[in-house]
Amino acid sequence: MSAPEKPDLVLGFTPLTDCAPLIVALEHGHFERYGLRVALSCEPSWANIRDKLAAGVLDGAQMLAPMPIASTLGVGPLHQAMVTALSLGLNGNTITVSTELARSMAEADPQAMATVSGRARALARVVAERSDIGAARLRFASVFPVSMHAYHLRRWFASAGLRAERDLRLVVQSPVRMVAELEAGAIDGFCVGEPWGSLAVARGSGSSLLATHELWNCAPEKVLGVRLDFAERHPETHLALVCALLEAARWCDAHENRPKLARMLADGGFVRAPASVLALSESHVFHRYAANFPWRSHAIWIIAEMLRWGQIEKPLDVRTAAASVYRTDLAREAASRLGLAVPQADEKREGTHAEPWQAAGTTGPITLGPDLFFDGSVFDPGDPVGYLARCEVSDLRFPLEELEALQA
Amino acid sequence: MGEKLRILLVDEKPERASDLALALVSEGYEVVARLCGQDDLRARINALHPDVLIVDMQSPDRDMLEDMQSIHREQPRPVVMFVDESDQESIQAAVRAGVSAYVVDGLKARRVKPIVEVAIARFQEHQALRGELESVRATLAERKLVERAKGILMRRRSLGEDDAYQLLRRTAMQRKLRMSELARQVIDMEELL
Repeated sequence: MSAPEKPDLVLGFTPLTDCAPLIVALEHGHFERYGLRVALSCEPSWANIRDKLAAGVLDGAQMLAPMPIASTLGVGPLHQAMVTALSLGLNGNTITVSTELARSMAEADPQAMATVSGRARALARVVAERSDIGAARLRFASVFPVSMHAYHLRRWFASAGLRAERDLRLVVQSPVRMVAELEAGAIDGFCVGEPWGSLAVARGSGSSLLATHELWNCAPEKVLGVRLDFAERHPETHLALVCALLEAARWCDAHENRPKLARMLADGGFVRAPASVLALSESHVFHRYAANFPWRSHAIWIIAEMLRWGQIEKPLDVRTAAASVYRTDLAREAASRLGLAVPQADEKREGTHAEPWQAAGTTGPITLGPDLFFDGSVFDPGDPVGYLARCEVSDLRFPLEELEALQA
Repeated sequence: MGEKLRILLVDEKPERASDLALALVSEGYEVVARLCGQDDLRARINALHPDVLIVDMQSPDRDMLEDMQSIHREQPRPVVMFVDESDQESIQAAVRAGVSAYVVDGLKARRVKPIVEVAIARFQEHQALRGELESVRATLAERKLVERAKGILMRRRSLGEDDAYQLLRRTAMQRKLRMSELARQVIDMEELL
């Protein structure tokens, strides 16, 4: 392994439990072992992470899984090609509502509250009742317009026929402000990474409706994003970074390390929440199930959601775009340096496994996680157009035929 | 240049916001309000109809402000945009100074640029005044200094590890020093003694 071209790096992170691999890589000297001198920069907003990365003030950053895709495709401000060769983990968000809304939902449809789909129907009942009496629309917050949080919320709403823009108000709020906003009555519910949902519950102001792995198990969540030109100019540095974080993620995932990890995040002041609510749920996957592999099928799903919700304004070749950002080739190279098995395939059908399952890996069979969607749907990454055609609720900006014509 | 542009400042630091407001007013702009995160930003922005928003990058409200672009679909309100995407240098200067700017859709970049330049200059001045660096977490070398200083405090003041750390953190905050700078002072002092 050659020496990194650029040993001094600044990496951005946000105070959420899934920044853990970055913190552990720093604290346990993984970066150092790969010849990197890393400083971490705590960023109060996702917009900052995007802007600082684009401007070269940061070399790499923890990003929401859709962010490098959005920057590359010019969805939102600052058009800048970015790539990821590492997923930082799977799952980890919750949908929490005010205790008052939870009560209204339970009153509106007590039986429905037993299932995740039923709770969406109960919400729809409350929305209809409020509309009848002319009450203000309920407000839900995600953390960023292009985030798994926004897509989880929109899909869950849509399953009960609710449209985020018509029937509710879908706004954005910073994770650190979420609980205060709920308590002030400025929002009625939110989808956010831990520990903020648990904090609302612990304070008695929030009622947990679901954890997002119940909507889509082993869903992508955060990735390590770098600029494409950084990855091209500094290939050894980029691989060293991925290797160091792979080692750290493996440590984070071990059951026996979880309490230590929670304390590290709390005591180091990285995540300003009591250690008691920082306890990491087992559904938060840092490494097992090939959690660090940037599945191209995840990117295809994300682009399909960007199309579905009108965030991408022009037709594009979905799979080519996905492949340009989610770099499975680089992920395999890093994993092979560590002797880790990673999947042989770049894509997988999502929504077909209720239990962990075996797939072909680079160095033998590999166990992947359950991947069911709450509505029983299956996502075939080979046919994003077919997926969009089946979506009853959709804000696609152009005729589907125009999209179909561009698929490779 | 037509009507006076209406500018809204979002900054957690009242001193800096007030300096910047003065500078902008003397350049002939109208500053409609200076707000911080405690205010109900969404409602205030909708009520005030600013043409340009200047936002401190340390504000956790940036993501929320940026999302007002989607509110735009329902009601004609300011669209969110970075200064001028083609101008990589001015983006870098703004990011390094910690300034982000959002403008109403259709406003020409050349009308906005001088405003952003004034903001960058004022932010830089305040950065220099306070010797304030970005919130970069300690590198490993710096952390090792902190570890050593913690050890000294534990030994000399018979403190537990957590208490020693808290003492360092509190003192660094009071003296407006980075933890590693204070740690260096503790270590130097120990060597003298």
